[in-house]
Amino acid sequence: MASTIASEYSNEVKNVPIEHQFNPYSDNGGTILGIAGEDFAVLAGDTRHTTDYSINSRYEPKVFDCGDNILMSANGFAADGVALVKRFRNSLKWYHFDHNDKKLSLQSAARSIQHLLYGKRFFPYYVHTMIAGLDEEGKGAIYSFDPVGSYEREQCSAGGAAAPLIMPFLDNQVNFKNQYQPDSQGTKRRDKKYLNIDEVIKLVRDAFTSATERHIHVGDGLEILIVTKEGVRTEYYDLKKD
Amino acid sequence: MFRNNYDGDTVTFSPTGRLFQVEYALEAIKQGSVTVGVRSKKHAVLVALKRNADELSSYQKKIIKCDEHMGLSLAGLAPDGRVLSNFLRQQCNYSSLVYNRKLALEKAGHLLSDKAQKNTQSYGGRPYGVGLLLAGCDNSGPHILEFQPSGNTLEIYGTAIGARSQGAKTYLERSLDEFTQLEDADALIAVAVEALKHCLKDETLSTKNLSIAVVGPDKPFTVLDGEAVSAYL
Amino acid sequence: MNHDPFQWGRPSDDVYGAYNSKIANASPYPSMNTQQPIVTGTSVISMKYDKGVIIAADNLGAYGSLLRFTNVERLFPVGENTVVGVSGDISDMQHIEHLLDEMQIENNYDNQYADDEEALRPSNVFEYLANVMYNRRSKMNPLWNAIIVAGLENGKPFLRYVNLLGVTYSSPTLATGFGAHLAVPLLRKVVDKEEDAAKTSLETAKKTVEECMKVLYYRDARSSRKYSVAILDNDKGLVFEKGVQVEDMVWGFAKDIRGYGTQKV
Repeated sequence: MASTIASEYSNEVKNVPIEHQFNPYSDNGGTILGIAGEDFAVLAGDTRHTTDYSINSRYEPKVFDCGDNILMSANGFAADGVALVKRFRNSLKWYHFDHNDKKLSLQSAARSIQHLLYGKRFFPYYVHTMIAGLDEEGKGAIYSFDPVGSYEREQCSAGGAAAPLIMPFLDNQVNFKNQYQPDSQGTKRRDKKYLNIDEVIKLVRDAFTSATERHIHVGDGLEILIVTKEGVRTEYYDLKKD
Repeated sequence: MFRNNYDGDTVTFSPTGRLFQVEYALEAIKQGSVTVGVRSKKHAVLVALKRNADELSSYQKKIIKCDEHMGLSLAGLAPDGRVLSNFLRQQCNYSSLVYNRKLALEKAGHLLSDKAQKNTQSYGGRPYGVGLLLAGCDNSGPHILEFQPSGNTLEIYGTAIGARSQGAKTYLERSLDEFTQLEDADALIAVAVEALKHCLKDETLSTKNLSIAVVGPDKPFTVLDGEAVSAYL
Repeated sequence: MNHDPFQWGRPSDDVYGAYNSKIANASPYPSMNTQQPIVTGTSVISMKYDKGVIIAADNLGAYGSLLRFTNVERLFPVGENTVVGVSGDISDMQHIEHLLDEMQIENNYDNQYADDEEALRPSNVFEYLANVMYNRRSKMNPLWNAIIVAGLENGKPFLRYVNLLGVTYSSPTLATGFGAHLAVPLLRKVVDKEEDAAKTSLETAKKTVEECMKVLYYRDARSSRKYSVAILDNDKGLVFEKGVQVEDMVWGFAKDIRGYGTQKV
């Protein structure tokens, strides 16, 4: 190695140029959670917006009512999230123009979003996307997507920074995983049942207060959007700001 | 026999300084069924008389929404109207995506003018054979614009284009002072429908052939058709 | 088989010989875009108060650690209701300044309401800049800046941030760069929530911003004493103060610091 000056840093001298590359992504923290009930669905997200260890904003909403009873959120790299929601809303607008104001079904919305995401397969939207609404029978439905568009309908799902913290809690409390009937010695599962809206909101609030305790990128505020056949309504709860 | 030698294309002037192809395009508007536009201090309203080719056929759409705050009605060649309304939809969309802003009616008018004027000055093309009434409500309030294939776009309190439209215009001229002061949207619609009635010959207005649109500061551009117009007949 | 993805689909060297870039007049390097800022402006800080919004930025253009340009204006008024504050690369900032000029010309052309109802609003200016920033990053050719748009819209204060990645957010207090770490905690002591802004006077806001500029001048090596402040006030309109200086500093301790500098003992 060609080093002329003896210094304590000499072992750090590189014989190849250091490559710098613009990184087009960042992680803006936050977490989202969707739960479907029998005749409703909720999509909730915290309102904290971060980069690294900085809190950029304590209130930057990321769950949106897109019209046609479709709720949407794309959590991860915020600029991509905003761009994706904007693109979906725009395609919905043109769907209405082209199909005489026909309502877009949730399953069609899901397929349409798959194409938006996969269209950027080789420069992906760095987001975990979720939509919530009612299916064609009026039952609550959640669809969740990976960054490149593979998707699935689920009863409940969590996305973003604290998803690994919330998801197992949801498995247990929504789908009653690992819950058994008391007198069956762990042989008979607890019967499945739909949760009502009050139970769901309690679960969502518990999930977010716990995630706020254990995850630095989650907190400040919780915004829950609830969709029923009557329409969409919003509830807001404070979370810890530390 | 006499034959006009100066109407073969849009780019050649006649010795008297006229562009016959453009004038013919203006004639095409008069062949179309009538549509009326009026505005008050609060609202802008379009009404139109729809036509069907025969009893078995459906009625031709006359009013087209371009954005939440803007729409148009047409008289003349419907396919040309579709091209122009599509263009306006795209321009409105661009404004809202890029600037998070409603496209101002004045800007929309200029965009249409520029597009139509190109056709009057390039060889091999033809002018649009359609007249438009543009109705919308932007930051400066409600507006009605009248567009012509020549590239003229004029802002106006109330007007009518299409077959026998003079009847409506005369009626509106007489009631100008009253309808511009109206606060109520329904009352303004009633004025427009009344004006439209002054253009009828054999037809009578019904839920089938009347089309209405209204827009205001807190009312998105809404088109009423079918049973929804029965209250205004 | 060469497993390097960069070689996929290319003529194999064993068969055709090494690629000769001179034949195709190709550059030996892939085309490259901005990878780092050159001349830079440091923090922009801003906050809302009861009747408007205040924004400040110093006048330095630094070339690495060299304080190269000392009279750079980094606050740009757009019409009567908007001020754009830019930090980061100065040449990119001047490009943005040009874009803002064009935007105003485009708006005022054929627009009889350009002076009032159809004047550009801060949210219009912001949306446009946010789109420019996101589109440039998506082309992997970013404008190396962090921008704050401050203004008044329908009598209410507007404040929003966008950076080279196209990331956007709003808050009653905002700062870019070093200011996000040093100034934001001080600003949030005064205004943390939207409700706090409604209880804060212009006087308090001004004092807070002055204090922040002082702290930044103390602790940010690439900052200058001279700075500009712009205030958008519901009663006073746009007030632009240039050539403001950081005052009442305490440097008495400096003479006693030993260990580096020019003193011998």
